Amino acid sequence: MASISLKKIVKQYGQQAATIPGLDLEIRDGEFMVLVGPSGCGKSTTLRMIAGLESVSDGELRIGERLVNDVAAGERNIAMVFQSYALYPHMTVFENMAFGLRVRKTPDAKVREQVEATARALGLEPLLQRKPGELSGGQRQRVALGRALVRNPDVFLFDEPLSNLDAELRTQMRAEIARLHRTQGTTSVYVTHDQVEAMTLGDRIAIMNGGRLMQVGTPAELYSAPDNTFVAQFMGSPPMNIFSGQRDGTRLRTAFFEIELPTATAAALPTELQVGLRPECLSTTGTAATLNGRVEMIECLGHEGLAYLAAGDTQLRAKLAMEQLPQTGTDAVLRFNPADLYFFDTNGERIAATSVEPAGTALETAGA
Amino acid sequence: MTILNWLRGLFILVMVAIVLYPVLWVVSLAFSGGQSLALVSVPEGASFFEALRALLPLPQQWSLANFEGLLTEQPFGRWLLNSLIIAAATTIVGVLLACSAAYALSRFRFPGRERGLMLLLVSQMFPATLMLIPLYVIIVEWLQLGNTWLGLIAVYSITALPFCVWMLKGYFDSLPVDIEEAALMEGASPVAIFWRIALPLAKPAIAVTALFSFLTAWNEFILASIFMDEEALYTVPVGLRFFVSDFSAQWGYFAAGSVLVSLPVVILFLGLQRFLVSGLSAGAVKG
Repeated sequence: MASISLKKIVKQYGQQAATIPGLDLEIRDGEFMVLVGPSGCGKSTTLRMIAGLESVSDGELRIGERLVNDVAAGERNIAMVFQSYALYPHMTVFENMAFGLRVRKTPDAKVREQVEATARALGLEPLLQRKPGELSGGQRQRVALGRALVRNPDVFLFDEPLSNLDAELRTQMRAEIARLHRTQGTTSVYVTHDQVEAMTLGDRIAIMNGGRLMQVGTPAELYSAPDNTFVAQFMGSPPMNIFSGQRDGTRLRTAFFEIELPTATAAALPTELQVGLRPECLSTTGTAATLNGRVEMIECLGHEGLAYLAAGDTQLRAKLAMEQLPQTGTDAVLRFNPADLYFFDTNGERIAATSVEPAGTALETAGA
Repeated sequence: MTILNWLRGLFILVMVAIVLYPVLWVVSLAFSGGQSLALVSVPEGASFFEALRALLPLPQQWSLANFEGLLTEQPFGRWLLNSLIIAAATTIVGVLLACSAAYALSRFRFPGRERGLMLLLVSQMFPATLMLIPLYVIIVEWLQLGNTWLGLIAVYSITALPFCVWMLKGYFDSLPVDIEEAALMEGASPVAIFWRIALPLAKPAIAVTALFSFLTAWNEFILASIFMDEEALYTVPVGLRFFVSDFSAQWGYFAAGSVLVSLPVVILFLGLQRFLVSGLSAGAVKG
């Protein structure tokens, strides 16, 4: 068990611009940290640097108290689960799980004991004498987990371990990984591009984009208080609607609505800004403010549906109950609580302390 | 449609006959018991059909005399042994060198890597005969390795190396790096990864390169005939040549020797067939 500390970590290949220009991240002992972001954002590179599979160009990487910049991967006492499982195809499940122990010259009796205990915990006992080629995808992933577990490492690293599995298995393995973390309590770093995995597994989530850390926080924090439009749109499905707005005195105008802002809020806002509103914060009932738009398309998802609204060039998605879904081609009026609005500057940074409080009281709707 | 099929069948039959005819002739010669190139003596004034019989690759009588003679009267067994030792040693040395070189070229980045690979390719573009004189000077005059197994083993394993390295490098490239990284994280050293992970996974490609090395050494004639002066040190191809020269025409021995010399190759091919197919197409399709 160990904490992981990244201080001003830089990764640079040759003379090109740095892939990761300087990353600071503290992962606490026993924490489940999820690194999430679009492909090419540097999350896998970060994980591979922690693993020791990529060198650190600059900065300090510590596991526990130990500076590990120049410590070989095999000496860091880290176990990693790969996206491709990376099992040894010519060895049986038992040999796969025993490999790391045998490399470390563990006595045979102890190897057998540890492998069997881990196999029992994961339900792998009937498969011990099979080779990876004879196993299903889910079983292989389970073996990969077992191989990581059996050595009792200080840190677990997961590199998109579930992306090769079908939807049902993925949910199942996700629960399994969560359960393992609860029982073992080992510090874990988990890379994914799937925000649902990130939200459900992570104690905290680090969102990365273009090699930079966008925000770190608990799933609830990231959802309710995003620092910028990137985080706002990354967390939540479908993503937060963001559209441009203009402030004129205390009035806020957007393509969809026009409302009166409280004086204090208005004072903190620039005249040109971006406004965010989550699709799930829209409804056809309720009080507060209204917005208007033309319904371009609707998608039914079962007990709820998505309505795509347009006003001019601006588009917006609303998540509504099935019976609330408007007809395609009509003009719809939806309601929202102005307290659910988020304000960002034109660079996409959240404008601090700008939630419209208290909800709805100081506001009147100006019919758009 | 059926006519077309018949024609197609006929065409294939003719092609097969053209390919097999010389082979059958050699086999027949070997079992004919005589030393003459002709299998059947056609009497004077024979009819057209009797004369035609001389063209069939069938001996007048079947006999193992040529094989017996070859193995008892001639030093053929001795040559076979020389060839086997040289070919086996070439295979072992060649494959070992090729595996380690190919693995390094595939997995590690070091100065001169690209150029080294290109150089290996370039070396294949010169005709082999071009190297005869330099090789003779190096092996026989400088290293004093003429008339030794070692000299031939060194030359064969090195000349087979460029092909083997490229073949194996291509295969190592197609093996997922993840597997080796997983082993690295478990604390295995690069040497352990090479022996315990990479080599077992590269078996199909190793089979192909081993076969290639073996055949290079087994069939080679020119270098062996230049390096080896003593009859007791001849390899089979060199020895066989002396059955048919300006002063003798022992076609029976020659044919029997040819049959015997092909046997190990045929057996090897059959045994390694499974690997050959997967090895030669390696890397073409992932997974």
